[in-house]
Order: sequence, then C-alpha cells, then structure tokens
Amino acid sequence: MTAIAERPNAAGLRRDAFLERLALFGLGSPALLLVLVAMVLPVGWLFWLSFLADDGSPSLEHYRRMWQEPSYGRTFFVTFQVSLLTTGICIVVGYPLAYVLSQLPRRAANLAMIGVLLPFWTSLLVRTYAWLVLLQRQGLVNQWGIELGLWSEPLALVHNLQGTLVGMVHIMLPFLILPVYGSMRAIDRDYLKAAANLGAGPVGAFWKVFFPLSLPGLFGGALIVFILCLGFYVTPAVLGGGRVIMVSNRIATDIELFFNWGAASALGVVLLGLTLALLYVASRLVRLDRVLGGGH
Amino acid sequence: MRNRAIPAATIAVLLAAGPALAQDLTVVSFGGAYQAGQSKALFQPAAAAMGIKLKEETYTGIADLRLKVRANAVTWDIVTSGSGSAARAGAEGILEKLDYKLIDVSSFLPGTAQEYCVGGDVFSTVLAWNTKTYGDKGPQSWADFWDVKKFPGKRSYRNGVAGSLEPALMADGVPMDKVYATLSAPGGIERAIRKIKELKPHIAVWWSSGAQHAQLMKDGEVDMINGWNGRFDVIAKDGAKVAYTFNQALLDYDCYAIAKGAPNKDRAMKFLAEISKPQYQAEFTKYITYGPTNKKAYDLGTIDAEYAKKLPSHPDNAARQLPVDLAWYIQNEAKAAAAYQNMLTE
Repeated sequence: MTAIAERPNAAGLRRDAFLERLALFGLGSPALLLVLVAMVLPVGWLFWLSFLADDGSPSLEHYRRMWQEPSYGRTFFVTFQVSLLTTGICIVVGYPLAYVLSQLPRRAANLAMIGVLLPFWTSLLVRTYAWLVLLQRQGLVNQWGIELGLWSEPLALVHNLQGTLVGMVHIMLPFLILPVYGSMRAIDRDYLKAAANLGAGPVGAFWKVFFPLSLPGLFGGALIVFILCLGFYVTPAVLGGGRVIMVSNRIATDIELFFNWGAASALGVVLLGLTLALLYVASRLVRLDRVLGGGH
Repeated sequence: MRNRAIPAATIAVLLAAGPALAQDLTVVSFGGAYQAGQSKALFQPAAAAMGIKLKEETYTGIADLRLKVRANAVTWDIVTSGSGSAARAGAEGILEKLDYKLIDVSSFLPGTAQEYCVGGDVFSTVLAWNTKTYGDKGPQSWADFWDVKKFPGKRSYRNGVAGSLEPALMADGVPMDKVYATLSAPGGIERAIRKIKELKPHIAVWWSSGAQHAQLMKDGEVDMINGWNGRFDVIAKDGAKVAYTFNQALLDYDCYAIAKGAPNKDRAMKFLAEISKPQYQAEFTKYITYGPTNKKAYDLGTIDAEYAKKLPSHPDNAARQLPVDLAWYIQNEAKAAAAYQNMLTE
C-alpha cells in the first residue's frame, strides 16, 4: 500500500474524511454530553466525597469503617451472592426458553416474544408486590399447595432469600432471553446441517456447533443481568423481609440514619470497583468486546 | 442585544410569578390513615379558621427534610415528626426554634413541648398479636413475646433501633423503670442486642414502615409484632384479627416542627399555635387512637369517656407504659443504630 504514489486529490479526500468524522462527532455529542453530565460528573463527585470526613477534611475513615465493621463485608457478600444466584437461575431457565423460541417459525416466535416482553411493560414495583401477595403465608401459592395436599403447613416462600430470588429472576429474565435469542437466530442453520452430514447426532450437533455459537449472546445476557442485579433496591427491600440487605439497601439506611454522604459514597465506590474488577476477570476469560458488540 | 432582552424579561416575569403561585402554607406528614385524620381534624379546619390556602404533602421521615435543607431547597413549612427524630434534627440545625410566647403549651403533658417541636399526639409502641392464633390468651409482656415455647408462632420486629432495645431488656428481666439506666450503663446496648439475637430465628420479617407492619398483621403474615397502636386499631376496624396490650408499651409522641428556612415561617408559627388548641386535638382522636398532648382536650367533653380509655395517654394506660427517653436517644442513637445494623446483617 505504501508503495502507491499519492493521488492528486488525496488532500481533498483527507479533508472530506475529517469533515465527515467531525459531523459524526457532532451527531454523537448530545449523547456524549449527557453521559458526561449525568454519569461522569456525579460519579466523580461521589468518588471525591467518599474521601472526605464529616468535617470536610480528606480522610480514609469511610473505607476504614467498611473494613472494620463486619456488617459491611456481609452486605457485599449478600449482594454478590444474590446477583450470582439470580444470573445462574436466569441462565438455566432462560437459555432453553430462548432455544425453543429460536426454533419456532418467525411468526410464532414473535407472538411468544410478546409473552416474554409483557412483564417488561409493567412497573417493577407492581410486579414485586404481586409476588408478595402470591407468596406470603396466606397467599395464593400456599393456599393452593395446602388445598391440593402438596404440603400441610404454610411454607416460608417470601421475606427471605428464596422470595427475593423469585422476584429478581422474574424481572431479569427478559434481559437474558433477548440477547441469547438474538444470537441464536443469527446462527446459520447450514452449520447444523453440515454437522449432521458429517455424522453428528442432534445432541452432538447442538453441543459441538450450536452451543458454542450461541455463547457470545449468553455471556452478554448474563453480564447484563449480573450487573443490573448488583444495584437492586426495591425487590430485596420488599421480598427480603429485612433479611436480604444488599448494598443499595445499606446505602439508603446509612443516608437515613447518619446522613453521611461520604459513607454512602464509599459504599458505591467499592461496589463499582468490585464490579469493574469482576468485568476485568470476565474479559480475561471471554472476549468481552465480542459480547458487548464493540470491535471485531 | 435587543433580542436578548426579551427572554431575560420573560424570565424575570416568570420568577416574579413564582412566589405568587406558591401556597400560603405547606405541611408534610407520613400519609396513610394517620395523615387522613390530621387533614380532617387539624390541617384543613385550622387553615379555614386562619383563612389561608394549605397544601399537604407526604414524606418518609426527617431524612427527606435534611436533604432539602442541605440543598437549600426547602418547600415545606411544617413537618410532622417523631419526637426523637425532631430532637436530633433540632440539635442538628435543620429546624426553626419555636416561639412559645405564641404557642400556648401551658396545659400540655410534661415534656411534650420541645424547643424545636411541639407535641401533636401521643402514641404507643405496643405488643400486638393475631387473635386467630392465640385467641383470648395472647401474650401480655415482652417476656411472652420472647417465649417461643409458650407462644409458638412467627414474629415481626422493627428493622430500626428506635423503640427496639427497650422491649428486649424488659424481656431479659430488667424492670421497666430501670430500662434506660441499664441501656446507659456500659454493656447495656450489647445486652439488649444479644437478647434480640436470641429471638432472631423466630423473626420472620423485619418491618420498616407503619403501613407495612399494619399490612403484615392484616394479611396474617406473622402472629406477633411490635408496632404503633393506632395502626392496629385502624386495621382491626377493617376486620383484621389483631389485638394489643399497653402493658410495657413505649409511650412516645409525634410533634410538629418548622423547617429551617421555611418559606412562610411566621405563618407557620401561627398555624402551630392554632392546631395546638385543645379542640383540634380532641377532634383528632376520633380518627385514630392517638391521645392528645394538650390535657385540656379531655375537659372539652367531646372525647367519649369509654373511648378515652383506649387512648395511649389515658392515665390508666400511661401508668403501665415506659415513656421514651429522648435524651438517651440524642446521646446514643447513632452508636446503637450501628450495632443494630450489625445484628441485622449477621
């Protein structure tokens, strides 16, 4: 390439290319500005606050307290535990569903997709309270279970970890199904035919060909679910019975009780740090850029 | 330059119109059956008597006001608050000092008119139980609440420290009049928390709001709970299977304060003077079983003698209760709250 002599209009082309890039940047600038104003500045401000003591002098006391008080460590543990469990259940439930949908004819799949998306259009708060009504001691599930003779004493289905997981999986499921379904639809059926042609049975073709090709969608979906779970507030507050205390709930209590922006900010910073560290580890294991759609 | 002058003028007009559009007075309270009663018995009649336009809002607690004061965006004049939060908020500087030359508290119960907050109603944190589970033989003391052999069943307890340590000490055998002395002594808070930890496996729900704890009893989700007496009377009227006792209950009061930097401070002060009059307080008891802080309310003859026996501040009931010690909370709440949080996450 370098050997080719410069064309006479090269300068003009370069200028045009520059202008085009500038125009594109101009189009993107409202979004960039929004990210800057709504994301970078507030997060930066919280970061700054987390290093200030109550009297405004620089200090690490908020981080030290988090280290010394065992309850903070447990809060982080619960946050990651709940998020991981939710993600795991979403994968186990969502992947087969996405597979079934991807095998349906387009029209039927679109109809079924409405079923997946329908809960999306209902407020998160409403869905959370609906679960509370269904799962409580005198709720529908316990009533039916006892009437059908499946169990004799009301089960503790809510106000605990299980209840929280039910609510969170229900809310998170579409976030997993959509990307998985998208990547499954994009798989060329000819690959499967080729595999069959080479002697693979349906199971072998699935595991050796289909499954690996669907992985980017699965990783993407799982990552979105996991990260969204880390910030959950309403669902654990309502369905956890005060026992499932995640970082967001802890931030709310700290603000209410102590009105301490610094302490709350430090919690946010640590959660952000841990999440980024986890993303980094995940990116070592899988090609994140492919999952998230950037790069080639 | 000329074309710029027009928007500037428009903005100036809009800014000038702002205050004119505002309400004469804004009050904020906790919503639910409680605020509905306040509105009908106190706020609206008092506003009508003063000839002002009143706006009501709801909030979750003094933390919301703190945010507004710190952000210099105070839109509320009067806030309803628990006595303890108000005392702390006053010490912190987010409330205006009250003018007791204007507000007549000469006939108030002792201690119910603080520097920053004037008492509105007296309530109790009681032990309540499901009458379907226990029939007539409900628990009568905090020791019973802790006794899971004699009274099997699911418990619910508050997820915050306010009013949570005192019952634990009484269950642990501390006499009612020694509770705050024990809590103030070294190891007192730890002793109470140890006792709660003991009951933890039997606590199905840690409740966080008045609406929630009423719902838990109404739905039969738990068999026993600590909570605010008025809320239980409201759901009992709706047919909920719930009863409670004033035995060893915590006697406390709600009060009215003026937000620091309130837009209508002087009018707010006059409004507080108005709603502190006995006739308003007597009327309020009809909506929820919270007693008056103004003793004269009983002399008006508008509170039925039978009904008065159900109110927390009735002498027979008050004698069986422990008055909440605000001074203890001002001094120890932050420390106790941290220990309580630790216990909850364990």
